[in-house]
Formats: sequence, structure tokens, C-alpha cells
Amino acid sequence: MAASAALMMSTALVTVVAAQEKVLRIGMTAADIPRTHGQPDQGFEGNRFTGIPMYDGLTNWDLSSADKASVVIPGLALEWAVDANDKTKWVFKLRPGVKFQDGSPFNADAVVWNVEKVLKKDAPHFAPDQVGVTVSRMPTLKEAKKVDDLTVELYTTEPDSFLPINLTNLFMASPTHWKTKLDAIPASVTDPAERAKQAWLAFAGDPSGTGPFKGVKLTPRERFEMVPNKAYWDPKRVPKVDRVVLLPLPDANARTAALLSGQVDWIEAPAPDALPQIKAKSFTVYANPQPHVWPWQLSFADGSPWLDKRVRHAANLCINRDELKTLLNGLMGVPKGTVSPDHPWWGNPSFDIKYDPAAAKKLMTEAGFSASKPLKVKVQTSASGSGQMQPIPMNEFVQQALKDCFFDVELDVIEWNTLFTNWRKGAKDESARGAHAINVTFATMDPFFAMVRFTSTKTFPPVSNNWGYFGNAEFDGLISNARTTFNPADRDKALAALHKRIVEEAPFVWVAHDVGPRAMSPKVKGVVQPKSWFIDIAPMSVE
Amino acid sequence: MFIYALKRLIYVLPVAIGVSLICFMLVHIAPGDPLISVLPPDASADLREQIRRSYGFDRPLPIQYWIWLKNVFQGDFGTSIATGRPVVEELRKAIGNTIILSLIATLIGFFFGSLFGFVAGYHRDTVIDKIASFISVIGVSVPHYWLGMVLVIIFSVQLGWLPATGAGPGGSSAWVWDWTHIKHLILPAITMSVIPMGIIARTVRALVADILSQEFVQGLRAKGLTDRGVLRHVIKNTAPTALAVMGLQLGYLLGGSILIETVFSWPGTGFLLGQAIFQRDIPLLQGIILVLAMFFVFLNLIVDVLQSALDPRVQRG
Repeated sequence: MAASAALMMSTALVTVVAAQEKVLRIGMTAADIPRTHGQPDQGFEGNRFTGIPMYDGLTNWDLSSADKASVVIPGLALEWAVDANDKTKWVFKLRPGVKFQDGSPFNADAVVWNVEKVLKKDAPHFAPDQVGVTVSRMPTLKEAKKVDDLTVELYTTEPDSFLPINLTNLFMASPTHWKTKLDAIPASVTDPAERAKQAWLAFAGDPSGTGPFKGVKLTPRERFEMVPNKAYWDPKRVPKVDRVVLLPLPDANARTAALLSGQVDWIEAPAPDALPQIKAKSFTVYANPQPHVWPWQLSFADGSPWLDKRVRHAANLCINRDELKTLLNGLMGVPKGTVSPDHPWWGNPSFDIKYDPAAAKKLMTEAGFSASKPLKVKVQTSASGSGQMQPIPMNEFVQQALKDCFFDVELDVIEWNTLFTNWRKGAKDESARGAHAINVTFATMDPFFAMVRFTSTKTFPPVSNNWGYFGNAEFDGLISNARTTFNPADRDKALAALHKRIVEEAPFVWVAHDVGPRAMSPKVKGVVQPKSWFIDIAPMSVE
Repeated sequence: MFIYALKRLIYVLPVAIGVSLICFMLVHIAPGDPLISVLPPDASADLREQIRRSYGFDRPLPIQYWIWLKNVFQGDFGTSIATGRPVVEELRKAIGNTIILSLIATLIGFFFGSLFGFVAGYHRDTVIDKIASFISVIGVSVPHYWLGMVLVIIFSVQLGWLPATGAGPGGSSAWVWDWTHIKHLILPAITMSVIPMGIIARTVRALVADILSQEFVQGLRAKGLTDRGVLRHVIKNTAPTALAVMGLQLGYLLGGSILIETVFSWPGTGFLLGQAIFQRDIPLLQGIILVLAMFFVFLNLIVDVLQSALDPRVQRG
């Protein structure tokens, strides 16, 4: 009798404790849990949900402001500088006293180990499946050397001032914890590569980084749970919630239904048609222009109509982007270039991207076109795809808008992955099927991704994404100058000079910036939606 | 009977090899880069080649096929490119979830389909027939995806009675047959059952109407059998065909529905297949298609054997 009473009481107590637990449930757009071992896949959504919450880089993004542009700040490195004599050598001073979630210390050995996990093929912990998503985001990093416990040297293949920005993509995983996982692999598995692979799989199920959250339960393709790391080194980012549950909900309507029925507290990218209903039920919709561009990337191949700068400017002046914004329920940013005027890389270009149909028509008339003699252009796009927003209605809007300025636009809609593959092949390739522009959206957080890959003669297809073969000695010079300017303020000035010239030369038709819409229950407090692809969960609370 | 079953089993082997060859070729013919999920678009050509080699995609297709087939016969379906997890593990879990969903949906579909079909056939050309037939026509005509969304809007969003997504509060690995979990099953199972219900109802209706018009039924009645007795004979004569249709429908459902499982975030084979397609995850795609195709092959085998047991004329044919 007494035993059953005690059992009932303890059950009741557990129930009360569970009921008091503050859980934040997030419906992601990803179809699977992004990898949890420190180098997430699933694009930047991966970094957002299983990278930044659980790990730190030597450098981090500042996600504390909704108003200012998000910039790089010290993470696990307190300071860094390029060597005065050898511009391929960087010295990073590490933050003292930081521990991984398993209790082992973060130090220079850990940095070297994490660089080697993707760069040193004969390292015991080399992880081939982490190479792709990591190395391409820090293309010049070559190796790391320990100087002392809190000092590490990083070497690049060529002078590269973008390295500190690139390093936000290299998350520090715990070498000690990984070794524990390796030691637990049965001795019957003798192949070192297979042992390392299995150790990484085990690590993914029980990860250890230095971040504000610690992963505790992974159910592949269904859910991932994180709890606070109360010993996190930055007191401002010690989590306030008791648990975060990540749920992959790739269908926008399913995500919206999950939010409206109370199954989750937060969804990424709600179904646009459901926004009025979401707001009517007192949910909060957050949006802020992201470092993202929704463009037409133009071809400069022989015979392309875009070779005439007047035509490029006319197209940019002929789109009423405010009207497009209304069409999208307000969920887009109106672009003035690749980056916004408040960004350090803005550069104050002389060409103002705005809606001025009279000026556009004048330019087109000067270029020899008219209503009776329109310019035929073909654009390759997709019906859907990551970051593509709503490609069909948006492209049809642009098609209709440009018609007023003597453009006759043909849309060539192909499947997203095929389009993405074609992007690398270039406008001269058969896969372009004679298209004069391609509509693939891109992130602009890093100078290489934002500008260099589209304007350098070294990035012509198939090397990188300069699909349209835009580039010349002037741009190569501007890029080289930015890459070899190591003082951050001067580097930003050099990048601003590059951006200024890009906008003026207009190798794109800039149509929109994504605003990363997300809807949350009013119970979720402390939300700051920065001008970034990322968001910081740590300061949030659940009432 | 045993010889017949054995003969049917032997036929399965060439079919299986043919299926494996077709599914292998199809996924390789499809456009798109299989490395898209592990390589960003900016990856250098060298890095791209390095990763391509590490997955064995640089080898000629016949060699890739041979290696894959050899491994499949040893129970190794390879490793998913996107997740790095063994395909067998991914499949095992997804198949388990789809079996739960499709069996419940089949039971619902078979029960109501047979009921409506029987009632409609027995009361042919009456109002009852028209109502039952109307329901079955709606069943085969209504788009799955739309019905699922409507059910979610009514029962999850508006009424808040049933959850909108997922396979239980703790995910499918924590599945137990209690009300909390069964609640997650109701909406997807009903949505999934509608098409088999309609098909079975229409088949059974036609069969019952046909059997009732046959002379042996008049003979049974002339012999003095009651309605219930006649009905028993009608059911027995309807069963083999109804069973064959149900088997095929179960096969379809076991294949999982990409749309239904996506709408309800049910982690079954349809959901997995959808993701494998979008990610160009070739090892996973090959594994799923092969397993689903073999579901059909074996279900047909079971149905054939069962049919021959119920109606020995099938064997002779």
C-alpha cells in the first residue's frame, strides 16, 4: 500500500517536473536532421540548427542585432592577425578556459585536430563526408600548427584576407570525445577508415562541442533534442529554455498545420498563403532581409543580348519590386545591389537600382529595341528549390514587367537539381539550351560567395559559378586587392570598391532578397531576427 | 499445390534481377548530380573529383552495377550519400513505419470497401446502390494530398482533436500501441485508405451483381436456401478476386505514398523515397526502389498462391 502510494507520488512528481520543463519545438524546412557531428549538411539551415547552437568556430557571426548588418566577431579565438612577412600565415590567439561539453579542454591541439579532420587525408579521424561541405567554404586553408596551448598558426595556399570569415564554417568538435567513441568500436572492425567512420557516426548520436546547447537524442529523419550547456563560456548566451526539439517538416503546409495545431512553437518558412491565418491566431511572423540574392545572372557569351550595358540597366530599372513585394505578402526585401546600403561592402555605386520605366524604355530605344521590335531573351529557372522563394510567380512577374520595356522573355523551367548542376556548366554549355540568363539564388555572407565567384576570370565554368563568363582585368584586380588587404576595415573598403563596380556593370538583374520568414508562438520570447541566414536560439525563452 | 508455389517462387528470380537492373539504370539515367547533397555548388573541380572517386561514381556503370548487386545479395545496400548512414538501417525503419500505416489503411479500406461494394451489389439499381457507389467513386477520385490537407485543417487545426504530423510524440522509434500514438496514425491511415476503399467497393459491387445473376444462385434459392445461406455462397465466390485486388492495393500502400507521408511527416518509405529523389541519393534510391519492387513481386506471389488455395481452377489455368 505504502509502496504504491510512494510510486504514485513519484510519478506525479515526475509529471509535474516534465510539465514545468520549458521546451522549444522547431519545425525546420529540412527533410532530415542536419548532421550533428560539427559540420552540418542541409545548407545554412544545418549551420543554423545543429551548427551554431552546439558548436563554435574560431570566429562567429554577430547575431545580436536586428538592425545592423551581421558581421564576424571573435568566437573561440580572441584575436587574429596575418604575419607581417608571410601573408599566407595567420596567428590566432585562443580563448582561455573554454571546455568542450564532455569536460575536455579546448586548446590549440583541438584546433589542429579539427582542421585535420577535413584536410589531412592520413589523419586517423579524417572524415571524407565532412570535406565537401567544409573545404569549399574555406578554399585556401592548407594546414594548422600549434604554437602553444592558446596559440595556433593557420596557413593558406595564397594570401587570403577572407579567411576569418571562412572560419565561421569550421566548427570545433571535441577530439577527446571522438577518441572515446573510437575506443568503443569493436576490435573486429579492423579497417582504420571504417573505424573512423563508425566513430563519427557514434559522435553524431552523442555530440560534444563548445556551444550553448548539447545534443542528447537523435532520431534520424524525425527529431533531435538539445539541452542547455550551463557552463557555456559566454554568460549572455547561456540558454534559458530547458530543451530544444528539432523536427524536420519539409512540406510548408504540414509545417503551418503543425504550428497552428500547437505541435510546434516555431516554424521556418510558413506557407505564404497561410500568413493572414497565422497572424490572426496571434502567432508572430519574423522577417528581415537576409544576405541572399534572387537574381537573373546574365550571360556575357558571344551573341548574348546582355552584352549591351544599356539593356542590362534597362532590365534592372523596369521591375516594380514594391509591387512584387505585395504579391509575396511582404515577404521579400527590395534589393539595391548584392548587399544592402547599410553593409560595409556597399560602396555607393553610381547606378541606382530602382523602378524607372521611362528611363528603362529610353535605354532600350537607344539600344535599338521597341514594342514592335522586342528583344528576345531566354531565362532558365526551376519550379522550386532551396532559396528560390516562389520562382514561377516571381519569374512570371518579371517577364510581364519587362514586356513593358520591349523585352520578350521566354522562361525555360527545368527541375531544380538539374538547374543547379547546369549553373556550374555555364552559359556556353549545351545544358543552357540557349538561355541568356539563369535564375539561381545565392547567399552573400562571404565575399567569395557573394561577389568573387561571379566576377573573376578564374571562376569561369566549370571551376565555379561564373555561369555568364563575366570578368575582365579590372575585376580581377579589384578581387586581388580585396584578397590581399588584411586590415579588416581596409579589406571592407576594397570589397566595397568591388561591389560598387559590380552594381554599375550589372551582371545581374537584381530582383529580391529573401527575408527568412519564420512564425512563432507568442510564448517564445527574446527573439532577435538578425540580417543573417542564422538566428541565435540561446537567448530565447518560452513562457 | 507445393509444386505450383515452388514454380511461382522460381519465376521470382529473373523478375528480381530485371527489376534491379531497371532501377539501377533509371536512377543513373536521371539528370542531376548525386553529390549535390554533400558538395556545395562552389566546390572546386578537384574536390568534386575527389568526392566522386570516394563514392565510386568514377567507375563504369556495369562495374558499379555488379558491385552493388553483389553487395545487395550479401544484405549490404550501401551507405546513403546524404546521411552517411547504412541504407539497410534507413530502410528497415521506414518499412516498419509504412507497414504500420499501410496495414491499418488496408484494413479500413478493405472493410469499408467490401461493405459498400456488397451493399451496392446486393441492392443493385436501388437508392442504396447509388449512395454506396457514389461514396466509392468519391474514394477513387479524390486527390490524396487534398484530402489529407482538409482532414488536417478540420481535425488538427480547427478542432484540435488529432495531431497534424509525425509518428508519435517521441518519434517512431518510441512507437507503442497506446492512444497517444494511435492518434498520430488516424488521419494518415484514413487518407491512405480512401483509394483502396473505392477500388475494392467497385470491384466487389460488380462481382456481387454478376454472381447474383448467375444460374447457380437461382438454383440455391430453388433448393430453399435462405438469403443468409445464399449470401455465404456469394461471399465465397467473391473472395478470390477481392483478395487479389486487396493484395495489389496493399502492395501499392506498402510502397508508401510520397504525398501522404510528406503531408503528415510520417517517416515511411514514401517520405524516404521523396527525400532520396530530391537529394539524388543514389544508393538510397536504388535500395528503396528495389525493396518496393520486391514487395510487389512477393505480394503477387502470395496472392497467387492464396488464390489457388481458395480456387483450384487458378492452378490449372
